[in-house]
Amino acid sequence: MPEFDAVVVGAGPAGSAAALVLARAGRSVALVERGPFPGAKNMYGGVVYGRILDALVPQWWEEVPFERWVTRRATMVLTGTQSLTIDFRTQSWGTPPYNGCTTFRSEFDHWLAGKAVDAGATLITSTTATSLLRDGRGHIAGVRTDRDDGDLNGRVVIACDGVNSFLAKEAGLYHHPGAEHVTLGAKEVLALPREEIERRFGLTGDEGADFEIIGCTGDVPGGGFVYTNRDTVAVGVVLHLPALAASRKRPEQFIADLKAHPSIAPLLSGGELKEYSAHLIPEGGYDAMPELVTDGMLVAGDAAGLCLAAGIWLEGVNFAIGSGAAAGRAAAAALRRGDTSAGGLAQYRRDLERSFVLKDHKKLRRAPGFVLNPRTQQAYPKMACDLVEQLFTVRNPEPKAGGLRAAWRELRRSDVRVRDAARDAWTALRTYG
Amino acid sequence: MATVDFRVAETAHITVDGDQCRGCTTRACVTACPADLFVPTSDGGILFNYEQCFECGTCYLVCNTEGAITWRYPEGGFGVVFRRA
Repeated sequence: MPEFDAVVVGAGPAGSAAALVLARAGRSVALVERGPFPGAKNMYGGVVYGRILDALVPQWWEEVPFERWVTRRATMVLTGTQSLTIDFRTQSWGTPPYNGCTTFRSEFDHWLAGKAVDAGATLITSTTATSLLRDGRGHIAGVRTDRDDGDLNGRVVIACDGVNSFLAKEAGLYHHPGAEHVTLGAKEVLALPREEIERRFGLTGDEGADFEIIGCTGDVPGGGFVYTNRDTVAVGVVLHLPALAASRKRPEQFIADLKAHPSIAPLLSGGELKEYSAHLIPEGGYDAMPELVTDGMLVAGDAAGLCLAAGIWLEGVNFAIGSGAAAGRAAAAALRRGDTSAGGLAQYRRDLERSFVLKDHKKLRRAPGFVLNPRTQQAYPKMACDLVEQLFTVRNPEPKAGGLRAAWRELRRSDVRVRDAARDAWTALRTYG
Repeated sequence: MATVDFRVAETAHITVDGDQCRGCTTRACVTACPADLFVPTSDGGILFNYEQCFECGTCYLVCNTEGAITWRYPEGGFGVVFRRA
């Protein structure tokens, strides 16, 4: 029966970061992946923000399998026929050390797992961890897999088994399981000639664009996105799972509606569908997270609910890497002391509380509720678009209305109560201010 | 599609208890499954296939009938494989 210092389940960004840190600390690590290669099961609609990699892989940008470096970041508010966009561009994100890149997870995750293997981790692919093993004291002491004689013993287990984390649930660490804190991300990847993408999005060379969209999912709270890859464009939606289930409108239809919007359609027209795929996203934030530590086990990445879905900030891979690396450090320290009980592993939570991982989540703990509430989803986008339309519609011989007066009129015209608007403004200020 | 392969396992990783589905009024899985794997039948049941599953977990999370959908990860090495598009 193989015996490792640590068994890491899931070779996504969290698991590979954990395995990398443990292997560099001289520990024997099994990195268990159920796909035929790391990244095979993983997709996202997003950007990898690389600063967290600086400490793990110096000069990572010289070797990471990226598609484009994001130099243009647009935040869009849509109604059925209007759009209002804050369109930011900076050339500094297009030069080292860069800010973020688009990439395919099948390639990025594979690359990061390779770093763990280079450092000495044992990658075991095509192997599903089916349950936890416990020692005589009841401490977690490894995992059972679906291989014959497939028990993997380890003095510490790090569960990086994704948003469904059956291991964290089996360990009883989830107090809010279920659909309430989960969104479904569904996306299409459309092929367009490279020069056509660069023309439509105003890019040159390796520059990339990232559009985040709110107000495009009707009665189902969520959002949309458009990202440029080298010679494909990803377009997709994120949908609050319970509302989607009740909506009787299928995910593909939300994507089709977004693609048909007059502000989006010209960006994508003629694109040839190369891929349609979907994944769940743990969006509940700080207040929906499971416990992160138990006797013999740590939880990191999506398994720990660490995706940041805070409206203007949508991040996940960096939180996975940050938490995975912290789990690796805590496990290495606990192994060194010979105490992998919950107490011996408690450094993990303390480390995360001191790092961006839980600092950002704590600061933005009200963001998921704020972003998904119906006013933010539909009423405010409409008010904002109508207000701008009022300001820029020339009504001669009528004189212009002042901006504040027009804003007040839009608020009164909407069915939003002033009290709710004031409370939302206060929440927004406390959250984002 | 070329960039999403499915290596189909012999045993299904999703099981559906048809008797429980017949009384279901929400049909949440039919709406929400992004791969459109759940199809209502004329007799009030649900037809499903597991072969082209993205393994997201939506179906078991939205199902409001305890035990109607049983879902686990496919056998290691099988199921969906995403590649660079």
